[in-house]
Amino acid sequence: MSQVSGSANNTKRQSTFFTRFKKNYIGWIFILLSVLGIGLFYFYPMVQAFLLSLKSGMGANLEYVGFDNYARLFGDPTFITSLTNTFIYLLVQVPVMIILALFFSVLLNDPKLKFRGFFRTAIFLPAVTSLVAYAVIFKYLFGNDGLVNELLLGMNLIDTPLNWLSDPFLAKITIIIAITWRWTGYNMIFYLSALQNVDKSMYEAARIDGASSIQQFFFITIPMLKPIILFTSIVSTIGTLQLFDEVMNITNGGPGNSTLSISMYIYNLSFEYTPDFGYAATVSYVIVILVVILSFIQFRVAGDRD
Amino acid sequence: MPGTHLVENLKNLFATVDIGTALMNSFIIAIITTFLTLLIGSLAGYGFEIYRTKGKDMVFNILLLSMMIPFAAIMIPLYRFFGQVSSVSPLIGIDTLAAAILPTIITAFFIFFFRQNTKMFAKELVEAGRIDGLSELGIFFRIYLPTMKTTYAAAAIIAFMNSWNNYLWPLVVLQSPENQTIPLLISNLGAGYTPDYGVIMTAIVIATLPTAIVFFLMQRHFVAGMMGSVKG
Repeated sequence: MSQVSGSANNTKRQSTFFTRFKKNYIGWIFILLSVLGIGLFYFYPMVQAFLLSLKSGMGANLEYVGFDNYARLFGDPTFITSLTNTFIYLLVQVPVMIILALFFSVLLNDPKLKFRGFFRTAIFLPAVTSLVAYAVIFKYLFGNDGLVNELLLGMNLIDTPLNWLSDPFLAKITIIIAITWRWTGYNMIFYLSALQNVDKSMYEAARIDGASSIQQFFFITIPMLKPIILFTSIVSTIGTLQLFDEVMNITNGGPGNSTLSISMYIYNLSFEYTPDFGYAATVSYVIVILVVILSFIQFRVAGDRD
Repeated sequence: MPGTHLVENLKNLFATVDIGTALMNSFIIAIITTFLTLLIGSLAGYGFEIYRTKGKDMVFNILLLSMMIPFAAIMIPLYRFFGQVSSVSPLIGIDTLAAAILPTIITAFFIFFFRQNTKMFAKELVEAGRIDGLSELGIFFRIYLPTMKTTYAAAAIIAFMNSWNNYLWPLVVLQSPENQTIPLLISNLGAGYTPDYGVIMTAIVIATLPTAIVFFLMQRHFVAGMMGSVKG
């Protein structure tokens, strides 16, 4: 009897070992293609880009130059301009957009508001449009004889048409307005769904304690949404650091590089000017380093006080 | 008068650019990309969640890191890579639709998306499938896939839109006019010195229609798809 049960136990142990092994092994098959694909199309190119950044030369004639390319960055006025521009976009556009998105989401979360569904869709709709298509439309809207100037002239706010696209300052503003139009609704959707999970009784308690709606916003809504605000700021920061489509199609980097973004400079270095892939790869590593540093800072700033 | 020039604009549009070919290219790229993205992404998301081990969790976290990699940083090596592929097999090298598709089908976002959604899939169904004698892949295709239809719908919308609107990589890798996609065509039209607004706006409307239709028909799935990345 004991022998029988012993052998049964043995088979059972063997079979669990076998199924566990089989489970593990089959699991790897499921993920194999993804691991290979991401390795081949993301991590391998990252290594290649780093090796490229140590080389310099025109087209296919590349020779090893060590860290010369990195030193070259500091003396390259076009790079400095593109870096500054990208930081201006980042520092102005991301906060403006996040505040706007928060504002809209709180308004739309009010159950007393009529046509909520309509407004939600209308504000979200820009996020569905193609980047190139909306950029081309913005280019015409902000042209000298474009709708924006017509409206401003019609309302007597200006006497002569503003040079939205040919003035260095206004061109940057145009880009910032465009990105904000495109992405505010997208961020708002995240806040709206997070707001659904905020306990309504907190607001009631606050109201009983005499908190104004502005106080409720700063002391309940903002702290409750902190994780999602962090998430959207990181995503927006990474997105803005890679800004390309809008600049390319609205201003083409001009006037005189005043709207040039880092990504567009990399594109120009590789495909518009005489190609210098090594130096272009060096500039692209600046974006990588910035993404890592800025994400880390945002995590520390927002994550620590939990 | 609005509306009276539509036919004229359409005529001019078809006369100036080959929008038919561009539409066809964009459709081919977007449909193949969507199909492969969903298949490979859901296999991996399912694999990571159902066959969870410490080793796989580590691999998963490494894959997630790829979401931080800016496309501009890998664009040049990818371009050179497909240049080398060209000399071996011109069918998937530079200036082919295959080269426009390949680097875009496997993304950590969709693996993450499917893994998050698999958390809500009843694992008892996997056991039930095993008892019924289904193979592990059989369980995936016959049980998991049909029960996760809404997840697939949401993912399909996002994948299709991303592919349909993708600009930078096609701009780099597709050079000849017969391989042009819709965003490339619109960008070229917009860059002209004497723009014909009517023609450009007509092209933009045609380019936006597919995504607009998808959006209005499947708004609920659409928002669910956008949110998929932060759920759970």
